[in-house]
Amino acid sequence: MVRYIIRRILFLIPTLLLVSFFVFAIINAAPGDPAQLALGEGATAEAVEAKRIELGLDKPFLVQYLTWLKDIVFHFDFGNSYRSNISVSYQITQYFPNTLKLAGLSVLLGVLIGVPIGIIAAVKQYSVFDNIVMSFAMLGMSVPAFVLALSMILLFSIHLQWLPSSGFSTFSQMIMPVVALGMQPCAICARMTRSSMLEVIRLDYIRTVRAKGQKEFKVIVNHALKNAVLPILTTIGLQFGALIGGAFVTETIFLIPGFGRLLVTAVTNRDYPLVMGGVLCVAMVVALTNLVIDIAYAFVDPRVKAAFKSSSSSFLAHMKMKKSLKNMEQSNAR
Amino acid sequence: MQGRGNSKFQETWTRLKKNKVAFASLFILLILFLIAVFADLIAPYSYSEQNLTNILQKPSSEHWFGTDQYGRDIFSRVIYGSRISLSVGFVAVGVALLAGGILGAIAGFYGGRVDNVIMRCMDILLSIPSVLLALAIVAAFGTSIINLMIATGISTVPSYARLIRAEILSIKDQEYIEAARAVGTNDFIIITKHIIPNCLAPILVQATFGVATAILTVAGLSFVGLGLQPPIPEWGSMLSDVRAYIRGYAYMMVPPAVAIAITVFCLNSLGDGLRDALDPKLRN
Amino acid sequence: MENSTILEIKDLSVSYTSSNKEIKAVRGLDLAIRQGETLGLVGETGAGKTTTALSVLRILPEVSSSIKSGEIMFEGRDILTLSRKEMREIRGRDIAMIFQDPMTSLDPVMTVGRQIEEMISLHTDCDKKELRSRAEAMLEVVGIRKDRFDDYPHQFSGGMKQRVGIAIALSCNPKLLIADEPTTALDVTIQAQVLNLMNQLKEKYRTAMILITHDLGVVAEICSSVAIMYAGQIVEYGSIEQIYGNHMHPYTEGLFDSIPDIEEEKSELKVIDGLPPDPSALPAGCSFSPRCPYATDRCGESCPDDVQVEPGHIVKCILAGKK
Repeated sequence: MVRYIIRRILFLIPTLLLVSFFVFAIINAAPGDPAQLALGEGATAEAVEAKRIELGLDKPFLVQYLTWLKDIVFHFDFGNSYRSNISVSYQITQYFPNTLKLAGLSVLLGVLIGVPIGIIAAVKQYSVFDNIVMSFAMLGMSVPAFVLALSMILLFSIHLQWLPSSGFSTFSQMIMPVVALGMQPCAICARMTRSSMLEVIRLDYIRTVRAKGQKEFKVIVNHALKNAVLPILTTIGLQFGALIGGAFVTETIFLIPGFGRLLVTAVTNRDYPLVMGGVLCVAMVVALTNLVIDIAYAFVDPRVKAAFKSSSSSFLAHMKMKKSLKNMEQSNAR
Repeated sequence: MQGRGNSKFQETWTRLKKNKVAFASLFILLILFLIAVFADLIAPYSYSEQNLTNILQKPSSEHWFGTDQYGRDIFSRVIYGSRISLSVGFVAVGVALLAGGILGAIAGFYGGRVDNVIMRCMDILLSIPSVLLALAIVAAFGTSIINLMIATGISTVPSYARLIRAEILSIKDQEYIEAARAVGTNDFIIITKHIIPNCLAPILVQATFGVATAILTVAGLSFVGLGLQPPIPEWGSMLSDVRAYIRGYAYMMVPPAVAIAITVFCLNSLGDGLRDALDPKLRN
Repeated sequence: MENSTILEIKDLSVSYTSSNKEIKAVRGLDLAIRQGETLGLVGETGAGKTTTALSVLRILPEVSSSIKSGEIMFEGRDILTLSRKEMREIRGRDIAMIFQDPMTSLDPVMTVGRQIEEMISLHTDCDKKELRSRAEAMLEVVGIRKDRFDDYPHQFSGGMKQRVGIAIALSCNPKLLIADEPTTALDVTIQAQVLNLMNQLKEKYRTAMILITHDLGVVAEICSSVAIMYAGQIVEYGSIEQIYGNHMHPYTEGLFDSIPDIEEEKSELKVIDGLPPDPSALPAGCSFSPRCPYATDRCGESCPDDVQVEPGHIVKCILAGKK
């Protein structure tokens, strides 16, 4: 198992390298001179030229990339913000925790509500509960987080004055952002759980457990859910990644000093080191999330664990299986 | 082949018609389309015409949904907004579909190193959350409508590439393809005549959901000011404007919010319905 | 007590609904089994054998199926009227089932040992240690080393999985065992092993058994009586000697004729003409009449009654005893 995890971490390196190259290439393909951007419109030609040399922009593209990469790998240094000249890694460490907390709590809320709802809907397929709850899930997938956020602010902050409309430090400040951002993962979890459970519930081994005289509740939780959990786990992982990337809207509305808002400001200011560092950072978190989910698979499904333990060929087979699972998940839940 | 394709289409259509929610969604979407196409005829005012003597008016017979902070008619702006949202959604998906389709077809058809390189790149695209990828592209190339279409589309390229690649791999070795090759049919014709009709179903489903996602993404970007710039009447940016006036003028929020919700809801339930209709095994 | 009836099914009718069509899977079925007896329930796929078995355990899919009428008397109680809780106690403890496909009948994410333990723990009060030792003992009874207790189903072959299935079913020493085509999914060589095992264990535990199969050869080996099922009804019932020596229903005759005979040199296998009827659109009268070589006009008019041609030998055919 440890060997598998190490191998999986090593597997991350080429992916992240390619992501970093991709991000660097896109940003460098952007029109406009970064030196000019860094100095502002009024800078003299000489000053711009000096800045170009300072930033290493006179060097070939690949050299620039490698220098940038070297600083990240060895010093966790993403360069300095063009605007504020503050180190990007400092800003990331300052702002990222809030976003992690927001996204984490939102996914947690989504799972805690969505999964049980999905289970009940699957068990009572075509019942009134199923129909109503799944319609709400569809609605939850269709209403943007910011619409829900604005409505909540209107109701709870302005009319009822129960909850503060901004900030993210006290519990009451967290309620609305987490609910707004958690609605989508909740809806998606409910749908995914339902479809995954429906697939398992009619399988032969569930009938075997019933034939043993097991209680219906335990049939569902101990057997059906345990078998249906793989696609649900994948969904949770994907949702967490998506929320980290998508938290900026919620952060903007509730004025949360988070990473997403930082990125939005960076994009508006064309502050490229910050944009590159930020995107790369999120990609890293997403990759790590996937890793955690992968490891969780092994604990849930002995077949996956067996694939991990044995040769690399079955390891590759497992990766393929996972990919097809992800594909299935995407078309199912979206 | 042709006959079978037709009967399958008819079967799907019959099943889709039985699904009331999906069928109603299709109907509403068609209406939305007509609204978008004939926006000029339907909207009573221009979307950008300001009237500073008539700002922040409550809904009335003159201005059905009221007016905004510049005195623009909200009803007209929502009508024109459908044009923006639908075109961004569909073009983004179209571009992604084309790119993903070509890449997937090449990867699946030629295999080997080409396949490896292409699919590896697709993995990278997948490892960046879609909204963030859009953000990065907007950051680099600016917020024109074309850039937004590309930015929202690009993150879905891998899923189409995979779908098509998988489909090609599964039918590439089947006898009728070999037969077609043996008689000298060229690759392009094989791809367009045999392979594309076969993977139409899953792609249609994916694309329907894709349009919904693209509309949500653009609305989100516009909401934080990184999408379409004023005075373009994008639903997300209209909602963003409301924020400053939410005390006392909350009615301004309702039309664009409802418009987004209805559009995306219909696309999602149509996608659901299509999936069930195309593959009845998945249902139940 | 030795020869008392433990299960009696009276006039059982079960239907499935599929896209608003009613599919009559079992129609007015009567069947009885005595203690220690082995009854073979024989018929083609779709004849309603499995549905009958699932009805006895009341584990039919709830949404799509319903028991329309009938009684299922088990030890003097109609199990169709029992509460869910009472029914759960009967499942596994009194009536256990071995399923058709061992590949899909075991929970893939639970060790086989735990799956046996689960059954035992549901019907007995014993502590963890005893639970484990009993489950290990069951594994050994079916010929699996007990050190494989903590293995998962995917680590076993099909035959081994079916042995686990048998271990689960027998672990609470049930009074009635229903085996639903227990060997159909297995290799021929493994089939014999599994059948022998079941036969031995049945003798050892003195369990009554309903063996569902479409293989008359298997029936001849272990059953003491046979019921032939066609389109949801029992068309012929009798002791093994009566059915093998003196079968009377045209369908039974067709079944026997379709067994290839090595002695006789025939170029073609005999088959029963036609296909089993569509259970949502059954023919009027005798449901076998469209395929029956002896059918007369009368056969299409009304469903034939059961005719007792000799003690314990019942045939559902108007020609019975007149041939």
